[in-house]
Amino acid sequence: MDLNEQELSQAEKDRREYRKAQRKRSVWISLASTLAFAVIVWFGLIATPGWERVEQSFFNWDVAVASFPRVIDGLLLNLRVLVAAAILVLVFGLLLAIIRTLKSPVFFPLRVLSKGYVDLFRGLPLIIVLYLVGFGIPGLRLEFLGRIPAEVLGIVALTITYSAYVSEVFRAGIESVHSSQRLAARSLGLSYSKSMRLVVLPQAVRKVVPPLMNDFIALQKDVGLISVLGAIDAVRGAQIEVAKFANFTPYVVAGLLFVLLAIPTIRLADRISARFTSREQQGVTL
Amino acid sequence: MIDWNRPRLKVVGLKKFYGDRRVINGVDLEVFPGQIVALIGSSGSGKSTLLRCVNQIEDLTDGQIFLDGEEVSAPGVNQDLIRAQIGLVFQSFNLFSHLSILNNITLALRHVKKMDRDAAIKLAQSWLTRIGLGDRGESYPDKISGGQQQRAAIIRAVAMEPKVLLLDEVTSALDPELVGEVLDLIRELKAGGTTILMATHELSFAREVADWVIFLEQGQIYEQGEAKDFFEKASKPRTIEFLSRMRSR
Repeated sequence: MDLNEQELSQAEKDRREYRKAQRKRSVWISLASTLAFAVIVWFGLIATPGWERVEQSFFNWDVAVASFPRVIDGLLLNLRVLVAAAILVLVFGLLLAIIRTLKSPVFFPLRVLSKGYVDLFRGLPLIIVLYLVGFGIPGLRLEFLGRIPAEVLGIVALTITYSAYVSEVFRAGIESVHSSQRLAARSLGLSYSKSMRLVVLPQAVRKVVPPLMNDFIALQKDVGLISVLGAIDAVRGAQIEVAKFANFTPYVVAGLLFVLLAIPTIRLADRISARFTSREQQGVTL
Repeated sequence: MIDWNRPRLKVVGLKKFYGDRRVINGVDLEVFPGQIVALIGSSGSGKSTLLRCVNQIEDLTDGQIFLDGEEVSAPGVNQDLIRAQIGLVFQSFNLFSHLSILNNITLALRHVKKMDRDAAIKLAQSWLTRIGLGDRGESYPDKISGGQQQRAAIIRAVAMEPKVLLLDEVTSALDPELVGEVLDLIRELKAGGTTILMATHELSFAREVADWVIFLEQGQIYEQGEAKDFFEKASKPRTIEFLSRMRSR
């Protein structure tokens, strides 16, 4: 509720006057800095001696239009890989996290294995995993599998690497659920696995949604790496078009498409984590 | 048939050590059906640990626990089944924060007692209505007051029809004006014949509802007696000192 103008004390009037002046000042400052920035970009990029040739070979409209169908075709493959990998990563990541929280001595070897797994694949560059899986698995000559498509090998490699990251996220979530919740569940007679499934995991998953979204965004662009195995995805499609036109514009097209794909997810992630923060910091304005 | 002369709960020679710290150092006690036994003592005297050991969410260092004459601390006994028969209510409520009040109550009914969903909801709703929370079933724990949360937590344990109900300082985390509603619920449970072992700082309440009072000191029973005159007749020095300290608060 706002007070009437005439009800305001002189002190509040002065404060409002001051804030108004401050606002006016910041508008001018941002205008000036935008102008300065534009000048720097112009001199640093557009006024460079090679700009015209770069523009020709990276931002050629005709090449962009001509290469678009093949790139978008490839992007559909990326999307399919993304969906499959994301689902598998969630399943394996959660499984690894649960294994690591098991306390019983029976699970000692599994616990050690999963810890070693996470250490290994958090450290190993994705591109190396892609090469090892992409050229190693076919090398085993498992005849009954037939010829494995490159995109399937890509899904396997992405799942291997991202499960390691995601399991750490899940584990942090499980450990952040206060032990009193588990005590309450156990005191009612729920078994370890039931209290995990019905009480701990539902709370843990809620807590890790924002960090999981971040990993999903990272995965969204890393699906472009499956092109190194020969899958005709957006990046590989762009590469073919680049060779055809002797022009780099198709890479820019593919890049823009990846960004467009990521923006909705990024916005969604922002909104979700903002909602989580506001729930946790109710009443805090500073 | 209830055998009124056999203790519902019997604790024999209970010990609980954490390393060198002897938190419970040999406690024997009995709670008969329908009886309320109050545990009093300064903080750190072992009241909470004793209750957790009875429910066996803490491992015992030594001793035995009997429920209706059967040893439930024996090796090989399914502890989950035993815990379902011994209700425990915590000082800090510990309602499941991701579930509505109604689902907090139905969770163990459905997944431990294997009640079907509708029957569990009906039972939970009737309990909520009885304690005046009939319209709060869909609320989440952080949306209701501490007193309402603690009453819901008590109902969550009581709905399981435990043989004995353990209350661990259930009013200590509440604002003073909310203590009354929780105590009223315990009075009602007493009238319904619930067997209760409770740790409490509410001495006048203990005197009013309890049948027997046990004063714990350094993990041992220092003095005990009938609740109606324990507070006047207590004769040992530390009991007298504790009681006068509590009165002057």
